[in-house]
Amino acid sequence: MDRNDAASDAPASPAAPGRGVAPEKPRSFQEIVTRLQDYWAAQGCALLQPYDMEVGAGTFHPATTLRALGPKPWAAAYVQPSRRPTDGRYGENPNRLQHYYQYQVIIKPSPENLQDLYLGSLAAIGIDLLLHDIRFVEDDWESPTLGAWGLGWEVWCDGMEVSQFTYFQQVGGHDCRPVSGELTYGLERLAMYVLGIDHVMEMPFNDPDAPIALSYGDVFRQAEAEYSRYNFDVADTDMLLRHFEDAEAECRRILAQPEIDPKTGRRIVMAQPAYDQCIKASHIFNLLDARGVISVTERQAYIGRVRALAKMCADAFLRTAEGGFSGGEREERGQAGGEGAAQ
Amino acid sequence: MAELLIELLSEEIPARMQPRAAQDLARLMTGGIAERGLAHGSVHAFVTPRRLVLHIEDLAPRSPDIEEERRGPREGAPEKALAGFARSAGVAVEDLELRETAKGRFWFATRRAAGRPAEEIVAETLGEVIRSFPWPKSMRWGAHELRWVRPLHGILAILTDEDGSRVVDFEIEGIRAGNLARGHRFMAPEPFPVSGFDDYARGLEAHKVVLDPEQRSRRIREGAAAAGAALGLDLVEDRGLLAEVTGLAEWPVPLAGRIEARFLDLPPEVLQTSMREHQKFFSLRNPQSGQIEGFVTVADREAPDGGAAILAGNARVLAARLADARFFWENDLRVAREEKLEPWLAALEQVTFHNRLGTVGERARRIAALAARLAPRLGADPALAEQAGRLAKADLASQMVYEFPELQGVMGRYYLAAAGFPPEVAAAAEDHYRPQGPSDAVPLAPVSVAVALADKLDMLAGFWAIGEKPTGSKDPFALRRAALGIIRILFENDLRLPLREAVAMARSDVDIDDLLAFFHDRLKVHLREKGIRHDVIDAVLGLPGNDDLLLLARRAEALAAFLATEEGENLVQGFRRANNILTAEERRDGVSYELDPDPKFAETGEERALFAALDAAETQIRTALEREDHAGAMAAIADLRQPIDTFFESTVVNAENSIIRRNRLCLLNRIRTVCGQVADLSRLEG
Repeated sequence: MDRNDAASDAPASPAAPGRGVAPEKPRSFQEIVTRLQDYWAAQGCALLQPYDMEVGAGTFHPATTLRALGPKPWAAAYVQPSRRPTDGRYGENPNRLQHYYQYQVIIKPSPENLQDLYLGSLAAIGIDLLLHDIRFVEDDWESPTLGAWGLGWEVWCDGMEVSQFTYFQQVGGHDCRPVSGELTYGLERLAMYVLGIDHVMEMPFNDPDAPIALSYGDVFRQAEAEYSRYNFDVADTDMLLRHFEDAEAECRRILAQPEIDPKTGRRIVMAQPAYDQCIKASHIFNLLDARGVISVTERQAYIGRVRALAKMCADAFLRTAEGGFSGGEREERGQAGGEGAAQ
Repeated sequence: MAELLIELLSEEIPARMQPRAAQDLARLMTGGIAERGLAHGSVHAFVTPRRLVLHIEDLAPRSPDIEEERRGPREGAPEKALAGFARSAGVAVEDLELRETAKGRFWFATRRAAGRPAEEIVAETLGEVIRSFPWPKSMRWGAHELRWVRPLHGILAILTDEDGSRVVDFEIEGIRAGNLARGHRFMAPEPFPVSGFDDYARGLEAHKVVLDPEQRSRRIREGAAAAGAALGLDLVEDRGLLAEVTGLAEWPVPLAGRIEARFLDLPPEVLQTSMREHQKFFSLRNPQSGQIEGFVTVADREAPDGGAAILAGNARVLAARLADARFFWENDLRVAREEKLEPWLAALEQVTFHNRLGTVGERARRIAALAARLAPRLGADPALAEQAGRLAKADLASQMVYEFPELQGVMGRYYLAAAGFPPEVAAAAEDHYRPQGPSDAVPLAPVSVAVALADKLDMLAGFWAIGEKPTGSKDPFALRRAALGIIRILFENDLRLPLREAVAMARSDVDIDDLLAFFHDRLKVHLREKGIRHDVIDAVLGLPGNDDLLLLARRAEALAAFLATEEGENLVQGFRRANNILTAEERRDGVSYELDPDPKFAETGEERALFAALDAAETQIRTALEREDHAGAMAAIADLRQPIDTFFESTVVNAENSIIRRNRLCLLNRIRTVCGQVADLSRLEG
């Protein structure tokens, strides 16, 4: 990918998207996931794994939120299990789930041909771009909890929203320079569309001809019911309120530490551990919301508290080497590289 | 003469921004070119989802050479002055010339600027326009610093004259202008060279792009109607939606389908809203039954299967949406029928309306109480008005309204009817939001009128009490619309409602004068649209009863009608003459001549005639006003025109005798007060 090259060949045409590509239809949910993985790997993205915390959307993964900040180039793709407690329907609704998967792609700076790359991914999962009607319909993205916004579209395929396409403008209150391009695919909905399935629980999860063929319902129906009951009626709200406060306090405490680690003598800004607490507070807020204990006025206040944490974490990330900080020692990169998931 | 063609190709421009962007491009480019002295002919701008296009005809090949002469200091002026003059004129001191003029010898500067080629001017202007383009929302992308509505990818800019066409030498942020255009993203993406506008428009058509939005719009409307007709259904016209989908397709292809029978018993508003808001589908109506039975989706392409896959996909998405809607409808109906909406009323006690104005539940109770108090004046049953007010917001807690907020009120009507409430109460749930815009009808049924007025008065009084008034362009709670709604409801129902009293019924802690002034402003806007000047309204605002908007409007209308007559015009002249003299004398003397003039000091017949005319007019005005005969009151002051005119022709106000002078000034004051009972004519302009 030649992402850093500005549009130097303006009127020249990009490759006709999807032309001559007629891949076979995928047969299962997981095949769609693996095809997306293969496609974005071929476009040069690092394939990351899901972040190991409960989040409401793939955007919360530090690989997106934090990496959208600062000047360093970045290209990553990953599946992120996402939880929206209020959307639980005990596994009975054909489209709504409290736990679902998002596929997330983030590339910084956004390549000139990102739209074409995206269309290529649709072709890769078996959408014939000659037969279908793909549209980019204005839909600006904003995350009040992350203090983030961007401009872009929801992408429609035959009237069905299949992805969100966003050019990040701000994260944690900071201007994004350069700008990241972010793609989010709602995997269940997209897969149902491609596979022609009307009820999510009936969707083949693995190959329908496998010796042990499993449907999405075989994997998740019971969990959906369990979590719906828990989220709506059982979660201990007093405990959750306490945990919210704890996460908030811990986040602030982490960021209040001196940048120089007294033990190693090195400069280690703990942006990501602090951000974990921000993610935690955000999820607890979602649970409290589902339990119906947050009034409309309080809602804004809670969102503001999470946003304040996100802002502090963003500030902190910009004080790290991966965030483009160049005032400190250079060797900290090696240390950061050992941390795992986001690398 | 040359022609200029510019195309700015970008990623998809939001539909709502397109028409304005085309206008802005034309305005800014022609403005910039004209400012640089380049003449041009007619201008056409076009926009599609991916391109902004400008076509300028008869562009001059270059701007004219200019020679500008300025006169400077007189001969012998200090060197400093000469240097300053030369600098300001943009020439060197040694280029200044001494010249003889009628007033003596002066230094002159002549600034000469050679004309510049069109290409250079176009390139310079284009750069400026792109960098400062007034998008409502713009963005950066990649590593660029340029802002555009979405990433800008290509610029086509060519000048064409009899010698052929050439690319304008222009580059911005690494994007070089060229002569290649691209067609439809999917159907004909390959670039093709362009040599002029006609060639470009033909090329686009061949490459599956309809350049002209009007033509796209027409194709959609005609195509949608034809596709509906093929199913035996009529297209439901929807101009807002038409404008939007015109901005969503470069090659629009309407495709019609039928709604599955299992959804046809949903309320038509639900079908239409679901299709319109979520899917941007037009609705198709069965001409026999009047039912909504089909839809039209507008694809942005032709497909080898004739659009079968696209139509099938859209139908599936619609079915999923309507299955959701049906689920909500059935759940909601159960709450309505079995629990009479009570759970929703309870839920609204938890929903904040505004943190200083309580919950929606509290607001509904306030509306109910106010509607009941207003009811007798409106010919409505107070008990029904109270019930309707209490229930009017209940549907806000229903699942359907949660999903489709635009169906608030409409669903309330269905659910209240299903629960067995009286039809007036059900109707008020829908009608009390009205009028929602200038083209929306106002409620006419008395119970609906009571709740609609109560709803709006509660808003206005509440927000006034907490100091959240609209300022400038900021009106987050749509209070201007609420006030205008009250005005229209009162006028179209012919209702007399003193607002001081009505607002006091709503809340006691409101600065009523301030709120009344807000109503008066809205009234001016409303009457201006009916051709009544704001100063005419100002002239009647000071009269007693000015919180009765209908009375005010009638007075203003009568005054406007009177002013349109020759008598009215002349009377105003006479009044002004009297008023000007009186005001000037009062200022000079530092006193007000407000005593009653005494006819015994009248010296001339004309003066006595004026006394008599004023007495007569006063009586006539009093009786006319008692009968609210505004035209009659106007006629009474019209009768003053003749005596006033003859008085001024025959009589000197500033008489030598100070008693007579004072008496005459008091007589002028009487003219002012008598006329003032009908209107403050001094507020009239012109």
